[in-house]
Amino acid sequence: MAPPNARRTGFSKRAQYTTFFGYLAAIAGGVVGAGLLVISLLNPAAFASLRGLAADAAAPAGDVAAASRSGSQSVMSGLWGYLTWGPRVAAMNRELEVARVQLAEARSQAEENRRLKALLGLSAAEAKPVAFARLINSTASSPRRYATLSAGRDRGVVTGMPVRSPEGVIGRVLEVADHTARVLLITDPESLVPVMRARDGVPAFAQGRGDGTLQLRLINLGLNPLRPGDVFVTSGSGGIYLPGMAIAVVVSLTRDGAVARVLSDPTQSAFVAVYPAYAVAAQMPEALVPVAEQPPIPPTKKKMAKAEAVAQ
Amino acid sequence: MPWAGDAEAVNAGRLNRAPSPLLARSVPWLVIAFGSVLQTMPLIASAPVMPPIGFLFLLAWRQLRPGLLPVWAGLPLGLVDDLYSGQPFGSAILLWSLAMIVFEVIEQRFPWRSYLVDWLVAGAVIVAYLVLAATIAQASGAAIILAPQLVVSVLVFPLAERFIALCDRARLWRFRMLG
Repeated sequence: MAPPNARRTGFSKRAQYTTFFGYLAAIAGGVVGAGLLVISLLNPAAFASLRGLAADAAAPAGDVAAASRSGSQSVMSGLWGYLTWGPRVAAMNRELEVARVQLAEARSQAEENRRLKALLGLSAAEAKPVAFARLINSTASSPRRYATLSAGRDRGVVTGMPVRSPEGVIGRVLEVADHTARVLLITDPESLVPVMRARDGVPAFAQGRGDGTLQLRLINLGLNPLRPGDVFVTSGSGGIYLPGMAIAVVVSLTRDGAVARVLSDPTQSAFVAVYPAYAVAAQMPEALVPVAEQPPIPPTKKKMAKAEAVAQ
Repeated sequence: MPWAGDAEAVNAGRLNRAPSPLLARSVPWLVIAFGSVLQTMPLIASAPVMPPIGFLFLLAWRQLRPGLLPVWAGLPLGLVDDLYSGQPFGSAILLWSLAMIVFEVIEQRFPWRSYLVDWLVAGAVIVAYLVLAATIAQASGAAIILAPQLVVSVLVFPLAERFIALCDRARLWRFRMLG
């Protein structure tokens, strides 16, 4: 299409100035954007209150969207379940038999743990959820992984609290507004969770990869003891996540760890629970690292790329 | 085409009606801001999969109605997008302003274009925007993660244009005038 003639300025001084100042304003917009960008890269929390206001404003629409989302998902899963119920019931019956035995064993072990802890004089961390809420939206078009929670300061949510679904850890609260809170999902490239292997406590860090999987980095380097299928739980170090929350399953090995699939798909969880930070729940708030200081991300991107290149 | 003699029939529902200037001016801004909010709603994603709807709407308005949005529209609209998109604040303000300037330059340099060329230009701008946004967000391994989003965004753009064309008709809806 040719540009319409009306947009030619001709000899009209007014039209010429309008166009000229339009261009100036556009360039100024770019400069302002670059300035704000530098500020927010240096200090990620700089515009938190503004974002909080915006999230509060969009919360009612988000609630409706979240409700319809879980509704449509249950319809789809209902249809799928109807088509595949026969073999699955048989498989689940077999699993149930095994699980019953294991549950009995786990009960006895829990009892033994309680006795041993009592002997040592450790007080078990009482972990009651602070709030139950929906995830009302997420940054689905950005490579960063944030979600918005439908509970905020009004329901006692504080920065640093871990968020989980029945299947496992979702993330932690990063910014709190009056009625909403921003959650850093564990799949975000800047999220770092101290974890351990559920079976024997091999410690590692779980860093998000931005595509729904986690990169597990072992703390003790050497022979890689991980195997596909290993389950990892939070270890409680750092004082944010309660120990023993399920987080991911190893799917493939890398040189210094493994790639793991996250257990709790935030898409599937209609409601999530917000827990107090572990250090607060265990009445050791002094153990909590200042939330303003993000946990360090050990290897730089270049090192990671190099390590992966060597591994392949 | 109606005949002159049919003028009464054609104008039967239109007499004493005119578009509302408020609606005619505000709809593009509202629709783009709505797109910025909308892109966060449909799913809790664990990877970037949604096309940047706000940005697609901006490009669609820019291509369907050149001159309707001023060149500096990237500043206020990008600000709204930054509040919801999860990018570092300022990223959309910068990139949307640059995109508006780029479109202005292309329009003056290549005045005669076909729809295919328009789509190609929009596609190139969308790809550049997503890659730059990922770079700004410092996401590691961006290329592989971004691939599905890039494809979906470029393919969905004509649909976004259809929607904007609908909005453009609604924008000039004629309301009954009093007096």
